[in-house]
Amino acid sequence: MLTQRLLTSDRGGMIVLGIIAVALVLVPILNMTLPRESPFYVSNFTVALLGKFLCFALLALAVDLIWGYAGILSLGHGAFFALGGYAMGMYLMRQIGERGVYGHPELLDFMVVMNWESLPWYWQGFDMFWFAALMILLIPGLLALVFGWLAFRSRVTGVYFAIITQALTYALMLAFFRNEMGFGGNNGLNDFKTILGFEIATRATRAGLFVASGIALILGYLSCRYIVTSRMGRVLVSIRDAESRTRFSGYKVESYKLWVFVYSSMMAAVAGALYVPQVGIINPGEFSPLNSIEVVVWVATGGRGTLYGAIVGAFSVNYAKTFFTTWSPQTWLFVLGSLFVLVTLLLPKGLVGLFNHLKRKQREDNPPPEAPSEDAATIKSPGGAA
Amino acid sequence: MSIVKQALRAGRHALPKADPNFGAPIDTSHGPILYVEGISVSFDGFKALNDLNLYVDDGELRCIIGPNGAGKTTMMDVITGKTRPDEGSVFFGQSINLLELSEHQIARGGIGRKFQKPTIFEALTVYENLELATAANKRVWSTLTRELNGAQKDRIEEVLHTIGLITQRHQDAGALSHGQKQWLEIGMLLMQEPRVLLVDEPVAGMTGEEVEHTAQLLTSLAGKHSVIVVEHDMAFVRSIARTVTVLHQGSVLAEGSMDQVQNDPKVIEVYLGET
Ligand SMILES: Nc1ncnc2c1ncn2[C@@H]1O[C@H](COP(=O)(O)OP(=O)(O)OP(=O)(O)O)[C@@H](O)[C@H]1O
Ligand SMILES: [Mg+2]
Repeated sequence: MLTQRLLTSDRGGMIVLGIIAVALVLVPILNMTLPRESPFYVSNFTVALLGKFLCFALLALAVDLIWGYAGILSLGHGAFFALGGYAMGMYLMRQIGERGVYGHPELLDFMVVMNWESLPWYWQGFDMFWFAALMILLIPGLLALVFGWLAFRSRVTGVYFAIITQALTYALMLAFFRNEMGFGGNNGLNDFKTILGFEIATRATRAGLFVASGIALILGYLSCRYIVTSRMGRVLVSIRDAESRTRFSGYKVESYKLWVFVYSSMMAAVAGALYVPQVGIINPGEFSPLNSIEVVVWVATGGRGTLYGAIVGAFSVNYAKTFFTTWSPQTWLFVLGSLFVLVTLLLPKGLVGLFNHLKRKQREDNPPPEAPSEDAATIKSPGGAA
Repeated sequence: MSIVKQALRAGRHALPKADPNFGAPIDTSHGPILYVEGISVSFDGFKALNDLNLYVDDGELRCIIGPNGAGKTTMMDVITGKTRPDEGSVFFGQSINLLELSEHQIARGGIGRKFQKPTIFEALTVYENLELATAANKRVWSTLTRELNGAQKDRIEEVLHTIGLITQRHQDAGALSHGQKQWLEIGMLLMQEPRVLLVDEPVAGMTGEEVEHTAQLLTSLAGKHSVIVVEHDMAFVRSIARTVTVLHQGSVLAEGSMDQVQNDPKVIEVYLGET
């Protein structure tokens, strides 16, 4: 019954999830079993790249949940992604132990360089994975809770909210740049050795991280579907479209916004935490305001308010980015800017909307014998789940 | 008259701090369900409401008329918590001070409102609009984990019939005609099961037949609910009105039956002076 509610009325989402599920099985197999010469061989580089994209897709999903459904435009979600990444990075750093350049059993290399005597209190506990995993969720979640509570309570919305989220991520970037903060300053955290006891640089570990990211994305997607197909999902849409009407219908709008904002921030944090071991580094650059804006472009390009559109957008824009940055790095920002303008003007519903439009048109041009063209009605049917 | 009411109201209990739960009994033992007293609201020095007093009895159907800018909508804003007055008090029954509550608490407590410009959720279907308004637990966790129960769903069907949108139930609300949107919004009010309905210009944009239908509906609601209707359409007001209150420049100019009010020289002057 629940699977029916989550999946059957969501054809696009099922296709996207299907492709991801197949890739999760195929990519590691093709990477690990085939010889390099084989035409079907998937390179280590590609595995790492796809793994990164999966994390980006999870981040895009988090943004689409709040922007596409509740109308909360966050231009600071990169901050939660980066915080999740730092929390994971702290765990990975503590795993290095005596294998560091200075061989100190407890202190990290940069702490030795700065002549620190002992491990700062906020680095305690991160040698345990369960603790780090908890912090990956708790720290960004708490920040989102406090920040959201202040903003939503004073009814900051729209552009003003977007601007203060930019300020948030910018402020965090500046803070993490400082060496005295104790997060490695400019260089950030890198040179990881092991994760959960496995050598991080091996093929098998990389494949494991790739699969873990895919599973996180699928679970994230299903949880978002659960939210948007519940009554709460309809409340979020009504907040997006007519906030004050929603209040007068008896809903405490602030609570809804806060809840979904915190949930979304935690999704972004998980994405960041899975991203860091795959790229091998986290530095303050991840807090860059531009990163957060890019995420919004992915979502807009894919199609806002559809969930699977966010995944499509994250993959297609990042694929284009990989292509452009290897071909001519300077052009990427211009491409990104033009993409955003074009999508806003020409494709308000994104790639997904374009695709659905083409499909509908094709169906109208040559209608199948007696196909009931009632998709809209079945999709909308609220009693469908019962 | 207002002195008497004030004396009656003196027996009020201490103010409830808590969220008035849906369905909690409203103390109307002294007659009125709504006390609006001495309300003044100013926007940048301009007095939209000026020492306004209004009492509405439990189960009453009250019409409020007045020229553009008289303060009718602002009065509803004050009652529903959207605008906080500079002065005065608003009580719901004997004991609930509405000025201490926020919009959603007032709505949950039993005051429903239809906006002057029809405001529905256009991206949702007709059914979902009603579902959203349904009197049910409206806390985050409950909406995430629980669907409506059978009785609540039956109620939606009933209201779909009442507002004549049964065949449009799965249509996007944004695709409805103007009149149908008005109806849907009234339907949403009904789903809230409020004790007091504030209805701002319900028949604007409706055809003659729709107007008649609306008149019937609103009159049938009175008794079980208190209904406050703001309208410019005089024929409509005449067809439903028992007591009419005339607002002018933010305070009550006259109050009485339609005939009394229409023959009141002050009212005639205001309306003639306007046009
Ligand atoms: N938010 C606001 N800021 C400034 N002035 C306002 C505001 N809201 C209302 N007003 C002014 O207060 C006065 C009363 O407005 P209100 O909307 O209550 O009138 P009304 O009786 O509902 O009129 P109408 O019949 O046109 O709907 C008007 O002059 C209006 O311009
Ligand atoms: Mg008005």
